[in-house]
Amino acid sequence: MASVEVYPSIEPLRWKYLDRIRTRPGPFTDLDVFEGSAVAQNMDNMKVLVIGAGGLGCELLKNLALSGFKNIHVIDMDTIDISNLNRQFLFRKSDVGKFKAEVAAAFVESRVKGVSITPHKCKIQEFDEDFYMQFQIIVCGLDSIEARRWINATLVDMVDEENPESFIPLIDGGTEGFQGQSRVILPTMTACIECMLDMHVPRAQVPLCTIATIPRQPEHCIEWAHQIAWDKEKPFPKLDKDDPEHITWLYQKALARAEEFNIPGVTYSRTQGVVKNIIPAIASTNAIIAASCCNEALKIATNCAPFLGMPEQNNYMQYSGNDSIYTYTFQTEKKPDCPVCGNRARDLDVNLGWTLKELIEALAVNPSAQLKKPSVRTEKKTLYMQSPPGLEEQTRPNMDKTLLELGLEEGEQIGVTDPAFPSVSFKFALRFK
Amino acid sequence: MLKIWSMKQQQQKAENEGAAGSKKKKVTAAQLRVQKDLSELSLGTTMRTEFPDPDNILSFILHIEPDEGMYKGGHFSFTFNLSSNYPHEPPKVLCQQKIYHPNIDLEGKVCLNILREDWKPVLNLNAVIVGLQFLFLEPNASDPLNKEAAEDLRAYREGFKRNVRAAMSGGSVKGVTFDRVLK
Repeated sequence: MASVEVYPSIEPLRWKYLDRIRTRPGPFTDLDVFEGSAVAQNMDNMKVLVIGAGGLGCELLKNLALSGFKNIHVIDMDTIDISNLNRQFLFRKSDVGKFKAEVAAAFVESRVKGVSITPHKCKIQEFDEDFYMQFQIIVCGLDSIEARRWINATLVDMVDEENPESFIPLIDGGTEGFQGQSRVILPTMTACIECMLDMHVPRAQVPLCTIATIPRQPEHCIEWAHQIAWDKEKPFPKLDKDDPEHITWLYQKALARAEEFNIPGVTYSRTQGVVKNIIPAIASTNAIIAASCCNEALKIATNCAPFLGMPEQNNYMQYSGNDSIYTYTFQTEKKPDCPVCGNRARDLDVNLGWTLKELIEALAVNPSAQLKKPSVRTEKKTLYMQSPPGLEEQTRPNMDKTLLELGLEEGEQIGVTDPAFPSVSFKFALRFK
Repeated sequence: MLKIWSMKQQQQKAENEGAAGSKKKKVTAAQLRVQKDLSELSLGTTMRTEFPDPDNILSFILHIEPDEGMYKGGHFSFTFNLSSNYPHEPPKVLCQQKIYHPNIDLEGKVCLNILREDWKPVLNLNAVIVGLQFLFLEPNASDPLNKEAAEDLRAYREGFKRNVRAAMSGGSVKGVTFDRVLK
């Protein structure tokens, strides 16, 4: 039975009111899992990872530190730009050019006694599963869908049924202007980011022919300079979107074209905006979304109240400030055919001495595959493709090689497709007998 | 968190799938999708693929030899480059020859709606190659990337046809010399 007493932690005054929330059960607290006396210590021992130290990241780090998380890591590969200072409040003018992760970590550490923040100034892709395994919660404040998909796929793949530590809830925040969303993903249990991918409509692209022949808007002229004039003239070997000299070149090209077609509105900052695909960020939208993500992290860590994203419950909160205020919380469902979480590799027992032909024949009789004309690849190697014809010919010699000769390893995955079953593709992890 | 984990294990028991999976050497979603697209490719008699590195299926060349229309007898090749984000990003397709075509510019860029603004992840490589094939059967003057060629086509179809023949045999049209693509 949970107690209603307040259990003070090391700094009683600072955490007094936080403790009233996190160590006491509320009306919706699940008393089977809530243990007020252990909450403070559990949180002291918990490691949380924040991905991104930008608009959302600054808010997240501040909020998490003030919510009683003691051991936080942050990853961001970016350096501070002068244009970040209006909302990324952990940075000062003298920090321009320094790494966001380092400056943000040092700032929050200096303001919140007892918190340790470890910065990583690199890409998330530079770390492996062993790194991510050390955390109990991961919170994302990213601006790129690609990075979200990467961490999502990594966390889903990491889940090992025999190891509870491999299962890490992912909290994802995102904003665009006055709109934003928070969502919680329990890898392999609830809908993952890939399942929800079609909810993100990519920015409408302008047809290349419009850009090439009949521009009507300043953006068309900028895209022309970016996609056509640059390729044709190659003023610098490689376009660096952060180099003012390069942006100036594009701006002048765009301006000349705009004048030719009598289109007003091409400016340097608009050029930069179009080329770098800058979406206007609003400080308070970031604050709202980061606050909701942080509260979910706090609830997941303590069980003091039900959190967003419990299986079979709502897992997505949408916020829009475009037309007054609107929020809606709903459940997105797991897609059975999701390429990340819906298609986990199954074990396939094979023998190293088998030829590839024997492996393919085994797939045909395997009750969970029953394929007719399977094509087989590993991530790095095309073992055998039934078509197109040229590729079939190139890979045919592999048929008589043994799995050993082909360099296949224990646990390595193979992807199997078959035109007879156009809606399915299989993944198998090889197990040597 | 312990609660979620025990729910997780129950869910797993219910599925009873035995999805274990290794921790290394995984097949990514993009690779698997490209593999699927390739195994379903229907090239017909006028097209063939070429894989300079058969292990890298994200990069290949498509050869088209139209057997009808104004570009009949020509041999055109396109490089295809697919990113690890495929199919959420369209393939990058470039014509390797400098050709006279209203929808292909002198650098080889192709104006085909499904390669840009109308691309959707449900489309596949088959849709793209059918689109490319169609460009040679029905060059489209209302969507020009090579404005001069489009104007020629619109103004006088017969003259345009003659220009196509001249360009295909390595001649020049209005001062621009084209690559010879006749076999």
